[in-house]
Parts: sequence; C-alpha cells; structure tokens
Amino acid sequence: MKLKELESCLQQVDTFEEPKILLEQYPTSPHIAACMLYTIHNTFDDIEGKLVADFGCGCGVLSIGAAMLDAGLCVGFEIDEDALEIFRKNAEEFELSNVDLLQCDLCHLEAEAYGQKFDTVIMNPPFGTKHNQGMDMKFLRAALTMSKMAVYSLHKTSTREHIQKKANDWGVKMEVIAELRYDLPASYRFHKKKSVDIQVDFLRFSKT
Amino acid sequence: MKLLTHNMLTSHVKGVTKGYPLLIKATEVKVNEVDFNPKFVCRMIPKLEWSALVQAADQLGHREDLPGELVPDYEKNEDFLKKVHRVLLEVEVIEGCLQCPESGREFPISRGIPNMLLNEDEA
Repeated sequence: MKLKELESCLQQVDTFEEPKILLEQYPTSPHIAACMLYTIHNTFDDIEGKLVADFGCGCGVLSIGAAMLDAGLCVGFEIDEDALEIFRKNAEEFELSNVDLLQCDLCHLEAEAYGQKFDTVIMNPPFGTKHNQGMDMKFLRAALTMSKMAVYSLHKTSTREHIQKKANDWGVKMEVIAELRYDLPASYRFHKKKSVDIQVDFLRFSKT
Repeated sequence: MKLLTHNMLTSHVKGVTKGYPLLIKATEVKVNEVDFNPKFVCRMIPKLEWSALVQAADQLGHREDLPGELVPDYEKNEDFLKKVHRVLLEVEVIEGCLQCPESGREFPISRGIPNMLLNEDEA
C-alpha cells in the first residue's frame, strides 16, 4: 500500500465527538498517523504479521492503519468508553477483523503480566500537560515492559533530553526518527488561537 | 474479545495473587473470518498459556478437538495451525463477562469489549 493511499484511507476514520480535556484527547492527524505507520512498516518491518498494541488508542486511527498494513492482530488499549465505541464503529466500517479492543487504565495495569508478549507497541500518548504530569513516561514504561521488539511513540521535542536520560536508565536505545510539527486544531475552549503547531518527536525505542 | 487477547488478560484486583486465567461467561459468541497467516500463528503459539486457551475454547463450545497438551512439530501441521488460528482469532466473545478466578469479581464484556477498569478501592 502506498503512503498516499494509507493516508486517504485514514482520513475516513471518525474521531472524538466531544474530546475530554482531562484525558488529553487530541486526535492523531491522518497525515501523521500514515507517516508513522508507513515508516514502522517499511523501514523496520514491525507491523506485518506482528502482534501490535496501541496504547491510548482513542478512536483507533493508528490501530486501523496497522490493521490495514496486515498486522497479525492489533489490540487497542483505551480508558474511555466513548472513544472505544467510535473505534468499534470505525473497525466495523473498514471491515477489519484483525483488531481487538480493551477498556483499561494503563496506569493501573501490571505490565509485567504481559511481559514482552507484544512484538510492537505504537502510541500517541497523552503528553502529560494537563494535571497528569509524567503520564507519557508511565505509558512508555508500560510499553517497554510489554513489547519484545520496539516501541514507537510521539513526545514533545522539549522533553527529548529528559526522555533520553530515562531511556539510558532503562537500558533501551532511543532514536529520533522524525521531528514533526503537530498541528493542534483549537479543539478546546482554552485554545485561543485557531490552531497551534507544537514540536513533536517521533521516537523509536528498542532493546539493546 | 478474541481468545488471543483473553490469553494475556489477568485480573489485578487488590490482594489477588492469581488472577489468571479469567473464566469466560459468554451470552453471545460470534465467529468472524480472519485471513489465515500460518507464520503468525506459529509465532504466537510459544507465547500462549496453552491450557488457558483450551479451557477458554471449551467454555465457549469451540474446542473442537484441540489437544490438552501442545503437539510437537506443530509448525508443519497446517491442519492443527488452522484450528489454532480459528480459536485464537476468529472466535469472539461479544456479550458476557470475565470472572477473576480468585476474587470472583466480574468484568463485563459489552459489544465485544471487555471492561477491565477497577474501582478506586480495588486498585
């Protein structure tokens, strides 16, 4: 599947009707999702025939893309049932049978129970800017425990040094695959500007 | 919920030491066709708790003739892999619940999605 094709498919994925601020529900744009998945698939071969987990999957744009790229199975983890319901409908409309959904709180999940069962974890975690500082690092920790091969994630560029330090502490290799401008449309009332660009790193973590 | 997902799920209710495997009480089960990928099934088999898978399939009435013990040389046994594929990926629980074997706590499954969220006093 070509990148353009993937992106135009992902444009059909429905997103949050009423995003919840405390859960930092910002959709991953079809463009960013397609670029991420395309790289994970083509450069690293970490999707096709793999057991993939999507943390904080929301309405499922990354999972649906992974399923289209022939993941063996992609399991979406999400706390919010409204998001899961939209995800379920999306999967149904795309007639995807290689996705599965789970409602759970990744902060309370004992990731050890899943010890490296997943091949790959993909995620666009909450950045931890709204009353939930450090949330992205909790997601990352759990992802590293649950994946055998690699974790792909988005993080604010301003936190790169901090994350690199953590990665060193945990003994995992971190690569910056791309620097993105994340276009955040004004989805909440506290956003005064129509849209803001934030600098985001697309990171790959692997076990050394 | 597919049985591959179920095979990884554990109950984390506070105080529970062995929340695995979760008992499945299904009121609606569906079989959805999924493309057969023998390589994927082969790679998943060593990660599985085999007895939990057989027990789950049994509870749903889809055990067919899956053996209680994993057969050797399954990589070349396409017939066997197809059966495992069906149980792992095609049989889905749509409605029902999962029950923690130790505490008895039930986790509802609705429209195919298990709700593993805990109350504050359980976490």
